Amino acid sequence: MSAYILCLLLFCIGIYCVLRKRNIIKIIVGLGIIEYAVNLFLVLIGYRSHGRAPILAKDQQILNMVDPIPQALVLTAIVIGLAVTALIVAIAIRIYEKYGTFDITQIRRLKG
Amino acid sequence: MKMLPFFVIIPLGSAFLISLLGKKIKKSPDILANLGALGLLALSFYSIGLVSVHKVLVYKVGGWMPPIGICMVMDGLTSFMLVTVNLVSFLVTLYSVNYMERYSDKYRFYTLFMLMLAGMNGIIITGDLFNLFVFLEIASIASYALVAFGTEAEELEASFKYAVMGSVASSFILLGIALLYSYTSTLNMADIYLVLSQKGTGIIVNFIAILFLAGFGLKAALVPFHGWLADAHSSAPAPISAMLSGVFIKTLGIYALCRIFFNILGASARVFSVLLILGVISMVVGAFLAIAQRDIKRMFAYSSISQIGYIVFALGIGTPLAILGGLFHLFNHAVFKSLLFLNSGAIEYSTGTRDLKNLGGLNSRLPVTGFTSLLGSMSIAGIPPLGGFWSKLIIIIAAVQAGYLGTAVVAILVSIVTLAYYLKFLSFAFFGKLDAAWQKINPVRNTNFCEERNKISNGVKEVPGLMQFAMLVLAIICSVSGLLIAPLCKDFLPSAVNVLLLGKGYAQTVFTALK
Repeated sequence: MSAYILCLLLFCIGIYCVLRKRNIIKIIVGLGIIEYAVNLFLVLIGYRSHGRAPILAKDQQILNMVDPIPQALVLTAIVIGLAVTALIVAIAIRIYEKYGTFDITQIRRLKG
Repeated sequence: MKMLPFFVIIPLGSAFLISLLGKKIKKSPDILANLGALGLLALSFYSIGLVSVHKVLVYKVGGWMPPIGICMVMDGLTSFMLVTVNLVSFLVTLYSVNYMERYSDKYRFYTLFMLMLAGMNGIIITGDLFNLFVFLEIASIASYALVAFGTEAEELEASFKYAVMGSVASSFILLGIALLYSYTSTLNMADIYLVLSQKGTGIIVNFIAILFLAGFGLKAALVPFHGWLADAHSSAPAPISAMLSGVFIKTLGIYALCRIFFNILGASARVFSVLLILGVISMVVGAFLAIAQRDIKRMFAYSSISQIGYIVFALGIGTPLAILGGLFHLFNHAVFKSLLFLNSGAIEYSTGTRDLKNLGGLNSRLPVTGFTSLLGSMSIAGIPPLGGFWSKLIIIIAAVQAGYLGTAVVAILVSIVTLAYYLKFLSFAFFGKLDAAWQKINPVRNTNFCEERNKISNGVKEVPGLMQFAMLVLAIICSVSGLLIAPLCKDFLPSAVNVLLLGKGYAQTVFTALK
């Protein structure tokens, strides 16, 4: 149970980071934390205590195995997260070239 | 049945080919993208006929039986959304042939565009919840990049804002899917419904519903979550604004919400009332934010929030007539909002500005753009013979029938505000005296691109033929779309409504089709 609570805490830290930080790099780090919290949660769902890998060999019986589907999902989610992070970092670099700052309070040409 | 995966294969394949050949062969991106979009449009029209015969088609990806493998499902709602998305995207690709000349790297634009289209078609056609998330992310990542396509300061800023909000929304959705999987041990949409009906819905399902509402609400830009939309939709190139406002927020937001709440989780009265309240707030706030804008595209973007409010409001009423009105308004809004964004692109293409203060009297120089904007604006404002009138009328009648008199009055008032700001747009841009600036060369106000062209042509001129054609087709559709509720078209709109009304029956029909 405590694992789930810590996972939720990690998620909340990420949300706080995205909402409260002024530096866009820190916001990107916050997005990363949120994403890892969700991935961790997915892995925790599949975990069984003292479970083993779900690979069936000859003359074996698996009594207690971890759920393989969340692990497959997490792999996909990590790849997607990588793509998003790479894109956002690229945009952040271009923003720095244009505005000369990472401070979101000074990146305000759009309004209304 | 074999054709279902082609809705994803065609755009993915053309994206691949465009990125491969685009740099070497000059005309190939235009041709490939247009052929791909035309093929998708033809397939979607064909799918209407198939659905009217078979009701539900299921394709097993890789031959695995569904609760274990992934499946693609095509029913009335799917084919309705596919036609809407692919119709708009085909006309937008036609329009982009000339419009995107002003940007370098046109082939990159088409690659991202086709990826976005693959994501959207995938969301609509998939029958698996995690698969929906993957397609949603494909579409979202392509759209973040497309918003930043011009790489000017404002575009990058808008794209960053959009990407941050979008990623948070995706995390909420993924968390919802994870919780749902832990509760039901399955990812197949139809199977989730069966398991939920056996296990019963407790507090955990309510929590999942809230996560999905927040996630998809952010993607659909319902009012508490609308901050990113005006920046992103007004900074993107005009064809992309048309796609984003016209079909993107509806596919990622409204369609996914409908599918999950009506067919999977089973909509409770509480969900309906939340949708109703969010819809009314979006409707009012969007309209009042729009009326104050001077930038044309920003005005249209806020107007999208307001119109999405109408759709969600109608879905929140939840009676058969209201759902018909909501889906009908979804189709209408896709057509006229993409038309209006294409018009704003044409104005920008010819004059180099989108500021209403600097425009005026363009009707004499841009007759086609002026006429189509008039039709689009009057349709969205709900002037009688045009399509927008009928859908709003149905929504308001449904609201009165269901006893929501107060909100029906609010909907009518918002409709008047809508008319007001579209009249403002028309009178500032097209009526009145032609600004002296547009009669001859004006190097101060114009961007470099228009400066050069205006030097040759001596003043503002109508946009090229393909752009005119795309706008004219959309204008014709939005003026005759009232016919969709006629009994003649019962395979199109009513069959989509039936899927949502069927609600619990979705799971049974899918499993029957599998046998």
